[in-house]
Amino acid sequence: MPELPVQELSGRPSGGLKAGAEVEVELTVNGRSRRARVEARKTLADTLREDLHLTGTHIGCEHGVCGACTVLVDGAAVRSCLMFAVQAAGTEVTTVEGLAPDAASLSPVQRAFREHHGLQCGFCTPGFVVSATAFLAENPRPTEEEIRAGLSGNLCRCTGYQGIVRAVRAAAGELAAASPDSNSHHGGGHDSNGKESA
Amino acid sequence: MTAESTTSLPGQLAGGAGAARWIGQRMPRREDPRLITGRGRYVDDYQEPGTLHATFVRSSVARGRITALDTSAALAAPGVVAVLTAAEVNSPDHQLWYNMTGPGRTPGRVLADGDVRYVGEPVALVVAENRYLAEDAAELVELEIDPLPPVIDMQEAVRTSERVHHELDSNIAAALPKMEIPGLAERFAGAAHVVTETFRQHRYLCVPMETRGIVAQWDPWTEQLDLVLSGQGVHEPRFFYARLLGIPEDSVRARMGDVGGSFGQKMFPMREEHAIVLAARAVGDRPVKWIEDRVENLVSGGHAREETLTVEVAVDGEGVLLAARAHHLENVGAYPVPGNGQNGATSAVIFPGPYRWDGPGSVAYSGEAIYTNTCGHCAYRGPWMMETVGREQMMDVVARQLGIDPLEIRRRNVISRDHLPFTTPTTLVYETVSPAETLEQAAELIGYEQFRRDQEAARAEGRLLGIGLSLYVEPQFGFGILGTEAATIRVEPSGKVNAYMSTGSHGQSVETTMAQIIADEMGVAISDIRIIQGDSQATPYGAGTGGSRTGPIAGGVAHEAAQAIRERVTAVAGRLLEASPADIEMTDSVATVKGDPDGPRVTLAEIAAAAYLNTDALGPDLEPGLEVSKRYKAPGLMFSNACHAVTVEVDRVTGQVKILRYVVSEDCGNMINPMIVEGQIAGGIAQAIGGVFYENMIYDADGNPLTTTFLDYLLPTAAEIPDFEYGHVVTPSNTPGGYKGLGEGGAIASPPALLNAVRDALAPLDITLTEQALSPDKILTLIESANGSR
Repeated sequence: MPELPVQELSGRPSGGLKAGAEVEVELTVNGRSRRARVEARKTLADTLREDLHLTGTHIGCEHGVCGACTVLVDGAAVRSCLMFAVQAAGTEVTTVEGLAPDAASLSPVQRAFREHHGLQCGFCTPGFVVSATAFLAENPRPTEEEIRAGLSGNLCRCTGYQGIVRAVRAAAGELAAASPDSNSHHGGGHDSNGKESA
Repeated sequence: MTAESTTSLPGQLAGGAGAARWIGQRMPRREDPRLITGRGRYVDDYQEPGTLHATFVRSSVARGRITALDTSAALAAPGVVAVLTAAEVNSPDHQLWYNMTGPGRTPGRVLADGDVRYVGEPVALVVAENRYLAEDAAELVELEIDPLPPVIDMQEAVRTSERVHHELDSNIAAALPKMEIPGLAERFAGAAHVVTETFRQHRYLCVPMETRGIVAQWDPWTEQLDLVLSGQGVHEPRFFYARLLGIPEDSVRARMGDVGGSFGQKMFPMREEHAIVLAARAVGDRPVKWIEDRVENLVSGGHAREETLTVEVAVDGEGVLLAARAHHLENVGAYPVPGNGQNGATSAVIFPGPYRWDGPGSVAYSGEAIYTNTCGHCAYRGPWMMETVGREQMMDVVARQLGIDPLEIRRRNVISRDHLPFTTPTTLVYETVSPAETLEQAAELIGYEQFRRDQEAARAEGRLLGIGLSLYVEPQFGFGILGTEAATIRVEPSGKVNAYMSTGSHGQSVETTMAQIIADEMGVAISDIRIIQGDSQATPYGAGTGGSRTGPIAGGVAHEAAQAIRERVTAVAGRLLEASPADIEMTDSVATVKGDPDGPRVTLAEIAAAAYLNTDALGPDLEPGLEVSKRYKAPGLMFSNACHAVTVEVDRVTGQVKILRYVVSEDCGNMINPMIVEGQIAGGIAQAIGGVFYENMIYDADGNPLTTTFLDYLLPTAAEIPDFEYGHVVTPSNTPGGYKGLGEGGAIASPPALLNAVRDALAPLDITLTEQALSPDKILTLIESANGSR
């Protein structure tokens, strides 16, 4: 069969653990303490989707390029397809579901994606929304160049990035206006929103 | 930044019944709230308890005989439920044809049987309790293949005695023979100039961000097959799997949730999905899920393009087109889908495009589709688009040879609305197109004349600036299976409006655009409307969403069904308000009497309550309930059109091409939602920028795919795609609502526009450019070859 580097990267038992050996993982997801019993080789992405039933985190390549599976781990954007669930034990994970409890309370980034047609099929969208949230938390007043570079770790095949770039520009403007000295703003809208929802 | 300019040409405006409140608005999408919050439901999000997971064992050899296939170790592995090979799965009785193509004799099989014919061909599948265990077991399947000489290059495929399919006489999948059109040779002989060039397009991939996937469950008690698909519609799969299993088509329930893009790849179910359906039947009573991984998607999910077009044109001394001959070669791989994979038959009809040519008999088109030991062809956004890629590059080649500007040579040949109705040399009849108008609008928006002056100044400094134009007429097919879509609109007793449609949205915003049409045509509040699609037990038969048909055909039937249900609503309202139905006005789900907006009123909820619950009040002549079904038959062919204009700068040192500006002037008739129109165009252009500069599916001489991950098959990111600018020319079509399709055009005109811009930039170096993909090293090689030849 053809070489399948995807599985090489994401699906192998690590060290001496036997396939099928399960471990208990405890972590905080979207502000709630969660527990899952998973194989040590199970990725964080699969664990979120299958064991915690948070299917908003999407799997687009399983080799860390497309960014659809991006989540925040202790505030930093992470590819959950390249991380084992056991590695996330004890961390605080925020998924796209943690950014808004319902459609009436969208985050500024989510609102901007809708207003500026930043999505068509929507499959890449959770990854973009989470990445953009982390990016703006770190750099609330980005230049055009910085926005494009900041989004270049996520792939979209539908929009030609037109609405996505517009949305992030708009969200940056809104966030900057809302917190005039947001350079010291740590953790971004995602954390506070996530906690409000919990 | 986005500049916009709109030119409306004469014609009726949208909105028959009421004022256009929603049609034409840049309304945010109704799909978005669930999708931006992670609450969409894609195929892999269906997680029924007890679901089994499948993975495939695939060939690592392009062509060879299977000498050993032992599944016993895999079958004994933990969690494995079944390991299936051709011996268990294939049957000579299998019917592997689509409603779209009809029964055919093209090669097809579910799993490789006895031999393999491309790398990635599925040989066995493992069904296990979870995907990890399935993949563990797949590695234990012992597969030995004795390699045979593969047929990879399509030119070589025609000459060699090796056969991709040993049961066939040749490697030619389909041919459009060269025809002796009377008088054509004379047209060439008498022309002032004859120019010939061959343009090559490499292998492109669709690459939806969601890979393919399916969940299949066979219920042995009801003998019903339940499918959840990632597709472009539910009815083609329903019929296909009914035939495959030999059961009535109403014993198959096919559903789609949200679908993460397709671009043609998921229009027709393919052999992996067939295998999963057969596995589900074999296993019985438990859902079997297969989610393709990205490597499988790139290597074996269906490939596109890889074709050449040789164009020979005759022009007079002024650059007026007199005649053309074109020959189209397509590499369709081993098992194209659907049918023989040939797009040339469509390209042949569309080739004359936006130009007048010289009447009947002035254009001849031939071609061959060729089997190779590579992954089979699938549809990709504008599958026939090589005609535009070849024709539009040829316009620039001819222009340069004659010393005429590319804009000027197009002006001398383009069809304008003064020529309508216009019959092309291939007998297409254009009634509502505007190629000349879009050409002028695009030239104006991009500042064509000013750019030429800037370019001259830049060239004097040694910089390489270029501008590229591309014109096309985009067909929407309305014949055969593609000719009809249907809608059932039901006003529920609550007054809410459910519209059941035959569409299969996978990113096209159908829930928004169809609601915009229905809201206006019914006069109801848009928040009262729900669009229901993607369930074969609930929705009417249709070909699904594809071929840029949703705007004109689904939009057309939404328009007609909404008008029909409105008549039913106003009849009941007239009874309740003691007025003639003709005098009833519906606005925002409230009926009033014409000329008396502050007078008596009745809400749609009250009208519906009367229609369902107080039926004696309706009188003898009104049918109870509020529901209509309409099926619309579209014209055989409909057309939209556009002009793309792009400026670039080529870096002599790095070979990098920087896109300076990208402008599109398009005419898709009445726009239901201009935001969505522009989104569709943008997506197509980005795919072309990817295809022309970054994406290239490569095989080595042995048929091994070399670009098997996103590290090798390079999709453009936000850093590579500039802002696009749009102009809209509006020429309403003659179909209900005046809508035209435009879903594919963005990807059709853009490759030649980009290639023409690079050609123009490199013009001072006297370079012949006939190939893609233009990676920086390829550009540098071209520049160096020019330097070397001096």
